[in-house]
Amino acid sequence: MRALDHRRPATAQEAVDLVARHPGATFLAGGSNLVDHLKLGVASPDVLVDVRRLPLDGIERVEGEDGAVLRIGANVRNSDLAAHPVVRSRFPVVARALLAGASGQIRNQATTAGNLLQRTRCVYFQDVTTPCNKREPGTGCSALEGYGRYNAILGASPDCVATHPSDLAVGLAVLDATVVVLGLEGERRIPFDELHRLPGDRPGADTTLARSDLVTAVELPLDPDVHRSTYTKVRDRASYAFALVSVAASVRMEEGRTTDVRLAWGGVAHKPWRARRAEAALAGQQITEDAVRAAVDLELETTTTNRDTAYKVAMLRNTTVMTLLDLAEEASR
Amino acid sequence: MDREISLVVDGASHAVTVDSRTTLLDTLRERLGNTSPKKGCDHGQCGSCTVLLDGRRHLTCLALAIAYDGSEVVTAAGLGADEPHLVQRAFLEHDGYQCGYCTPGQVCSAVGMLAEAKQGHPSHVTEDLDAAVELDDAELRERMSGNLCRCGAYPGILAAVRRAARG
Ligand SMILES: Cc1cc2nc3c(=O)[nH]c(=O)nc-3n(C[C@H](O)[C@H](O)[C@H](O)COP(=O)(O)OP(=O)(O)OC[C@H]3O[C@@H](n4cnc5c(N)ncnc54)[C@H](O)[C@@H]3O)c2cc1C
Ligand code: FES
Ligand code: FES
Repeated sequence: MRALDHRRPATAQEAVDLVARHPGATFLAGGSNLVDHLKLGVASPDVLVDVRRLPLDGIERVEGEDGAVLRIGANVRNSDLAAHPVVRSRFPVVARALLAGASGQIRNQATTAGNLLQRTRCVYFQDVTTPCNKREPGTGCSALEGYGRYNAILGASPDCVATHPSDLAVGLAVLDATVVVLGLEGERRIPFDELHRLPGDRPGADTTLARSDLVTAVELPLDPDVHRSTYTKVRDRASYAFALVSVAASVRMEEGRTTDVRLAWGGVAHKPWRARRAEAALAGQQITEDAVRAAVDLELETTTTNRDTAYKVAMLRNTTVMTLLDLAEEASR
Repeated sequence: MDREISLVVDGASHAVTVDSRTTLLDTLRERLGNTSPKKGCDHGQCGSCTVLLDGRRHLTCLALAIAYDGSEVVTAAGLGADEPHLVQRAFLEHDGYQCGYCTPGQVCSAVGMLAEAKQGHPSHVTEDLDAAVELDDAELRERMSGNLCRCGAYPGILAAVRRAARG
């Protein structure tokens, strides 16, 4: 591991300025992903700008320009977010996504921003002895011909087939969340869908953020209408494993038909995959097994699979059917 | 880069100079001689390095010591300093181990887990997110899933944690 300087800025702005000034600097939050990468040699910063003790740890209702939002500070621990009463009652998809991830210990360490900005678990990305375009641009992608069980099936590129590992991110994708970012030019707001990106020919960049952009909060719109939402994760063992596929869904129904339906998938792409074609197909419809299957298949028209990933198509279809049927039943109760 | 940090470990204050790359786990074991937390995987995957950090269960292998300057750590050794803690007695009573390597981590994790449940934290298997927590076996298994046991002593561990959950 490279020699490391550790700085503890007093303010968020100071943190941004420090990272901007030092080309080898990076933010440290809970450290559950970054410290692992320091050990593995996947990340080799020379300055850690420790933001964990910055007071970005509140969960509060704020009246915004477009109505009320629940504002979640970047440093709120995953365990505290999942246990928050408003999150449990209004945004179960967030609580469920968090509780399906990692372990009790890790959720006490992991922060909201750190979770969203964690890097792929692709085995080749984490193994510095193998080529990986995400870690070292231009070296090639070992996952194309190698171990591919976790590879992407949507939106991948010839350069990278990695998937985004965060469960929380998939949950936030259906809530039309907003990410609050402090940069060198001050504060700005990014629609959640625009935080993460597809790999294209620049797989090194997971997000649209600049190196010195500090995420300070995530805001969830507090819609006066109740949306039913949940998260279903399928994994190799019952607990403490990353998703093979996962489904986040949110619905509002009137007289047996959807008035608002949103769907996002995890474990299938370089970013949380908002299934907008499937949503359009289900708009104003009854939620039946046939309707959901048809909608999923429409979304999956552009999928690319191989021997290792073919299983994901059926798994995703069945998980989506199960999740939406359950939510529709709950909504009609 | 070296820096002096202060830590309260099992009730005793320490000032210790550490390189910025040293984990809390290595600081406890190699610098302060507290070998209660164990190094299993060193990558956050097994739970054997679990302690109570500022009151909550926490891994120490993915924590840099300098980031926790001023923190309070309680290890399994500290929990049993005077007499065995309720959770430790339950592990003894129900053979919650075989080789014992994962045990200090299991014990700290169980103590932290029971406190979380008392505060009403739900888990992945909690059906009604708004209801009070009831620690049945499915809940205990899920909530302890961050602690692996290479010997497979899970039936004894579950029995011990079930016993401890009764108070
Ligand atoms: C064994 C294991 C199992 C896991 N299982 C799961 C799982 O099933 N599901 C899941 O979703 N996750 C899982 N995780 C990942 C875990 O959720 C992440 O490691 C954690 O959320 C990262 O948060 P952190 O605060 O520790 O981030 P750090 O490690 O501190 O940082 C992660 C990245 O975010 C950047 N960063 C942090 N804060 C900010 C900020 N405010 N602004 C800008 N950049 C920032 C850092 O520079 C770094 O690049 C697992 C981890 C482990 C070790
Ligand atoms: S040694 Fe820390 S989790 Fe395995
Ligand atoms: S008792 Fe041997 S590892 Fe658990």
